[in-house]
Amino acid sequence: MNIQETYTSLGLSNFEYDRILELMGRAPNYLELSLFSVMWSEHCGYKNSRPLLKRLPNEGVRVLQGPGENAGVVEVGDGWALAFKMESHNHPSAVEPYEGAATGVGGIIRDILAMGARPVALLNSLRFGPLNDERNRYLFREVVRGIGGYGNAVGVPTVGGEVEFSPAYSGNPLVNAMCVGLVRSESLVRARAAGEGNLVILFGAKTGRDGIHGATFASDELTEETEERRPNVQVGDPFAGKMLVECSLRLLEEDLLVSLQDLGAAGITSSASEMAAKGGVGIEIDVALVPLREAGMEPWEILISESQERMLAIVEPDKAEEVLRVAERYELEAAVVGRVAEQGDLRILHAGELVGTVPAHHLADAPVYEREVVPPSYAGEAQRLELEELPEPRDYGAVLVDMLAHPALCSRRSVYEQYDHQVGANTVVLPGADAAVVRIKGTPLGFAVTTDCRGRYCYLDPKGGGAAAVAEAYRNLSCVGALPVALTDCLNFGSPEKPYAYYQFASCIEGIAEACEVLETPVVSGNVSLYNETGGGAVYPTPAVGMVGIFEDVSRRATPSIEREGDVVVLVGDFRPVVDGSDYLEVAHGRVAGTPPVPDLTSEKAVADAVRRSIYAGVVDTAHDLSGGGLAVALTEMVLAGEAGIGAEVRLLSGRRQDVIVYGETGGCILLAVPEARLRGLEEHLRGVRYSRIGYTGGERLRIGGLVDLGLDELSRAYERDLFERYAPEGGQIG
Amino acid sequence: MGGALLRIGVTIFPGSNCDRDALYAIELAGAEPVELWHADASLKGVDAVVVPGGFSYGDYLRPGAIARFSKVMGSLEEFAKSGGPILGICNGFQILTEAHLLPGALLRNTSMRFVCTRTPVRFESVDTPWTALYEPGGELTLPVAHNEGNYFAGEKTISSLEDEGRVVLRYLDNPNGSLNDIAGICSEGRNVVGLMPHPERFSEEALGSDKGLKVFESVLQFAGVRV
Repeated sequence: MNIQETYTSLGLSNFEYDRILELMGRAPNYLELSLFSVMWSEHCGYKNSRPLLKRLPNEGVRVLQGPGENAGVVEVGDGWALAFKMESHNHPSAVEPYEGAATGVGGIIRDILAMGARPVALLNSLRFGPLNDERNRYLFREVVRGIGGYGNAVGVPTVGGEVEFSPAYSGNPLVNAMCVGLVRSESLVRARAAGEGNLVILFGAKTGRDGIHGATFASDELTEETEERRPNVQVGDPFAGKMLVECSLRLLEEDLLVSLQDLGAAGITSSASEMAAKGGVGIEIDVALVPLREAGMEPWEILISESQERMLAIVEPDKAEEVLRVAERYELEAAVVGRVAEQGDLRILHAGELVGTVPAHHLADAPVYEREVVPPSYAGEAQRLELEELPEPRDYGAVLVDMLAHPALCSRRSVYEQYDHQVGANTVVLPGADAAVVRIKGTPLGFAVTTDCRGRYCYLDPKGGGAAAVAEAYRNLSCVGALPVALTDCLNFGSPEKPYAYYQFASCIEGIAEACEVLETPVVSGNVSLYNETGGGAVYPTPAVGMVGIFEDVSRRATPSIEREGDVVVLVGDFRPVVDGSDYLEVAHGRVAGTPPVPDLTSEKAVADAVRRSIYAGVVDTAHDLSGGGLAVALTEMVLAGEAGIGAEVRLLSGRRQDVIVYGETGGCILLAVPEARLRGLEEHLRGVRYSRIGYTGGERLRIGGLVDLGLDELSRAYERDLFERYAPEGGQIG
Repeated sequence: MGGALLRIGVTIFPGSNCDRDALYAIELAGAEPVELWHADASLKGVDAVVVPGGFSYGDYLRPGAIARFSKVMGSLEEFAKSGGPILGICNGFQILTEAHLLPGALLRNTSMRFVCTRTPVRFESVDTPWTALYEPGGELTLPVAHNEGNYFAGEKTISSLEDEGRVVLRYLDNPNGSLNDIAGICSEGRNVVGLMPHPERFSEEALGSDKGLKVFESVLQFAGVRV
């Protein structure tokens, strides 16, 4: 292999190789080239995304840590803070779904841990192709098993998330995992190496050959040969992960560490060079000191191995022995593998002999590509939709039943019941509501968390769709009564080298940025996943938003569940539904077209804030936002959420075609159910926003304007379908 | 009960993950929670022991199969023989069957899936140190979260469990396929109890219910009388 073939096979371009020559002032050896290859991959280096990401606002009164660390951190109150981040594991999950998803969970847990926080909640945002295809069913089933397999064992509750299905994700599923951690703000840890002569300790699992070049793999399109990349996928061990969590927290509690960093993409290379670059120091690693799982590993393999469940710590020499002792108690491998050095070089030794040296800041400083944003040609055609082309339903009830039973809209119970969502005894609102709510034990405080994104919206209108994702998250948190404070994003797109995908990427970011500014929810952490393409083209642009909100009093909250007969049903917000881009259009008419509703951000904020205030005041305890499937599906979810089994009857608001009103979608609207006696109180809180009384709760049926009249049992049969059993392989069981 | 708090130990194995929840519930019930590390044979003089849920040793080989060989288990067997109250919850139940402190075994759920939900159960027998404060025949909802909760035992064992009133808890809507809808049993001496549901997750109204707390209050009363 000549040198050009070598660097090309490592994913480096001619331009990048020339740049390396220029920075080094000499030709790099294979080990050094490998370091550049992983650190300059899109996954680690953000080389296509950095200029666009600058657009995202990241400051706010509650922000203790913005982007640039392992996770963002916001203040809750009373000295408590939350660290959170979402990250993709799409490519590994496409070829090895169980391990890909499991290690996605493990990886995001370690990011949170590296901030010094105890991981307390997990979520996931998933996308798959339609379930009528066997490969998609396999990916879906195994990803869910993998998430449960890791999360359940590691003892962090999986409290929420979402899943969507569309042909756009066939062959390229999206697996985004989010973790929230709890930490005292004075105990925050940052990944900054310091103190010449301090020791570098690697602890956790042993290092093997798994995940070699995983980061480079994650930064390429998926092809038919991708199946051969299976060895690039890491293997997770939740048991070791659990020990790593407890061990790390113990080491921090005993004040034994100067700093801490997790090992993720690009392994030791990434962790060591980032710690060195941030601290403005050098790090020397002797790979012969790394505990290995297999014999005969080359120094470059040891350096870029992505073996899971490992952390790197900087430790003062006189504390090293104690650190090793604590690790042993938790049955983890631990070894001094290097030291902090004076100059800013990452120096690699093998049994004392120098085998490579690269300035750390060069590794951490990938080249940046800025591209022209060109509107794509598909947009005009896709956005065209004439309502007259669509036949009106003959039987509104039958259409609703079909929609409820469709994978797009049915209950996610069969997914979230496979996740332990209660371990830790802090989950106070379980999955299935607008957002999960977790209390902070021993205080009145709590937080709510949600993930949101409508891929179809982002495809039809990237900017509007990006804003809609933020607005929906804001609305969901407000519906449970939490004050939204900040978000993390996981930006899943196609190849930035293709103009339409780059346009989608840039436009979604613009939409997210505008929404964040108006809603005052800065982006404090995030992750970019590009090259989500297969032979069939790119995925829908899918900027998943994970937003966190806080409670000063977690007992003041609401759920979608209808609690009483005779409550007035109130629709809050500017109700202007459209069928464009809706679930109704896709499920009932088989089309993905039109211009989805663009959120009116000012009105969104006013509506959500008013609802949150009325929940805080104790006026409202039943709230649910209008989302996929429109009014009919939102009402169904409310009547089915309650244990009491109470129905509802609402009238139709006039003005548009009836199917648009019943199933059409709109942003900025929330349904409430309130006892008559509290109506006056509610009206006080709703001053300045639009609302209408549309009906009452009661009975055991859902009746919508003389069009829908269905028993709760019929609704439940359709909605509570098992996403796995109906399409499961022979035997009807999940293996 | 006098001045000193009763002390309830919680065994912690590598991979236990409901240990903190059990310690918390014990404190809520008004006892002193005591951590019992798996590698330490001492039970530190506790009055009762909870073997908590989780994935001890990653559930590798079989749930509970490795944990039963840890040092603390030897002392626990002695404690059981002397009539000490022991409660195994979920993985703890699995460990106690592996250690033969309780009969039978917990197989994979018939759905072949992990199941986390809240499920209705009935107290069939309250005549154990851990259930004395419940009403016999009383029904309530308790959280479950397990992959292997499907109770199985030979015909003889099942009939003696039934005949001797050693089925403590029964599912009303069986989530895992367990024989006779068994959710919890006790030993011949009635001092060792295994439950698949998690009472410690229902220890406070804030979590949806505090109806699980009586499990820990029951043993306090029992131990108090015994002391």
